[in-house]
Amino acid sequence: MRRFRPVEVFAIVVIALLVIAAVVPGALAPGDPLAIHPLESFRPPSFAHLFGTDESGRDIYTRIVHGTGASLLIGLTATAIGVGLALVFGLLAGLGPRWLDFGTTRFLEVLFAFPGLLLALLFIVIYGPGVVTSTIAVGLATAPGYARIIRSQVLVVRRAPYLEAATVLGRSRTSRIIHHLLPNVSGSLFVLVTLGIGQSIVWASSLSYLGLGAVPPAAEWGAMLSAGRTYITSFWWMTFFPGLFIVLSAVVATMLGRSLQQRLRSS
Amino acid sequence: MAAALIGEAPPRTRKRRRWLPWLLLRLGGVVFVLWAVATVTFFAIRLIPGDPAEAILGGPGSQTSAAALAQVRAAYGLDQPLFLQYLHYLGRLVVGDLGRSYALHDSVIGVIAQNLGGTLLLAVVSLIAASLIALALAAWSTRGGRAAASIGSLLEVVAAAVPHFWLAISLILLFSSFLGWLPPVSVPGPLGLVLPVLTLALPLSGFLGQVMRESMLDAMASPFVLSARARGESESEVFWLHALRHAAIPAIGLAGWAFGTLISGAVVVETIFARPGLGRSLLSAVQQRDVPLVIGVVIGVALAYMLVTTLTDLADRIVDPRLREDAR
Repeated sequence: MRRFRPVEVFAIVVIALLVIAAVVPGALAPGDPLAIHPLESFRPPSFAHLFGTDESGRDIYTRIVHGTGASLLIGLTATAIGVGLALVFGLLAGLGPRWLDFGTTRFLEVLFAFPGLLLALLFIVIYGPGVVTSTIAVGLATAPGYARIIRSQVLVVRRAPYLEAATVLGRSRTSRIIHHLLPNVSGSLFVLVTLGIGQSIVWASSLSYLGLGAVPPAAEWGAMLSAGRTYITSFWWMTFFPGLFIVLSAVVATMLGRSLQQRLRSS
Repeated sequence: MAAALIGEAPPRTRKRRRWLPWLLLRLGGVVFVLWAVATVTFFAIRLIPGDPAEAILGGPGSQTSAAALAQVRAAYGLDQPLFLQYLHYLGRLVVGDLGRSYALHDSVIGVIAQNLGGTLLLAVVSLIAASLIALALAAWSTRGGRAAASIGSLLEVVAAAVPHFWLAISLILLFSSFLGWLPPVSVPGPLGLVLPVLTLALPLSGFLGQVMRESMLDAMASPFVLSARARGESESEVFWLHALRHAAIPAIGLAGWAFGTLISGAVVVETIFARPGLGRSLLSAVQQRDVPLVIGVVIGVALAYMLVTTLTDLADRIVDPRLREDAR
């Protein structure tokens, strides 16, 4: 299992490129993402403009590369919020007394009654659209699903013989949680986070596409989508290419999560 | 209502008696969750900054007189104490009155009823299409189709990683811009339904197909298939009579999840293809901060979602007799 499969090599290479684009965008696209060239507007993809230009003649390739950092940050933050909240609920339910487990589980059930993006939309109605609210909204909307998985993981690990042994050996409750329970839950948590980043990027970009997230003229993938929305049928490259990068990041995150899951299961 | 109907019938067999408490418990759970959803939304909406009376009269910034504001507050009951407003709201909810939309100045129930049909048609056709594609892929790959297996796993990645809007754009580009086969926006009639349905069904079929495949492979390796083979049934008899049924169990279990993705997907798909429906109304209500309409749609979806999950549990017990034996 030490050797990398081609899919994993592909995922790692793409992730490396995305990280380079996020940290030093100038290395991959030396141009200015905000430079306006009114005479060059709506150019289709060509050698001069790999992915074409937008309504103000800005180069879409340059904007995509420079938007990588912000776009990935939104996905990561939303996942962190979702998994963080889920960890609190999952641990409370899995480790707490019965009444706490009952209460938390009922609360999660109520949240589950808002399927998909509904919880996010409700949150946006209350706090208004924007990057910050849509990121928190995505985190909030994904939390119940993670919490349920974490709770069931904790319940499985809690009954494991090694925890019983630690109890018999007289380890304190905190020591048992920190040294035995968390390390054994963390593996699946890591997989969950990797798979979650893909989902968060997709959901956050959907909200941006609907005009509820990041706003133009920021060079952020979701904002670019939102700007290109009015031109879908005439100037398709304005939404197609930013969307392609969202799909690409989500695909590699999902691939990586899956292969981590397989390795974890087989080891 | 269903509980009352079943309650009237005298329990004849022992099996019957076990159904009743199960169903009552489930329906009690549904009522509890609905109450909680209604309460959470009611108090969450109070967190919105700004005066709701102003929102009704055309949003902040509009020139409104104090007299007009007072009139609106009285008309919508906004001048009463919060707790009383909450009780009134619950009371109206019980009789199915969801209030009036701020932006459309029409009853929320009316707006929902007007738009429900389009979304329901889209969702049901998509669900059927997705199940058929998934079943075909699962059956084909279980019986040794390697191409079907890779199409299946490709669709699964699509399901997990491709946003609906991007799939929709790509389908529009392929089928209407380049090939010119289908209209880019949703025209009335079956032709306009093709692209929206494909957008919703393809990702769904990826997940469904993968799950069905695993369950069918498990079934093909199980003792009852061995005994069927020993009885001399042909390979296709074994497959169609025994393994196929097992594809249904996990698919039914995913129905609640599928409902969620269809609703989220409908918001995007109806917007892109300019189809009238609940999803598009929800989006414009969110954009205009039309609070009663958002609450109405949210509560309606929550109710539908819980009915779907209860029905799927019921269907599970019918399809899979093992679940009935160890009922609480």
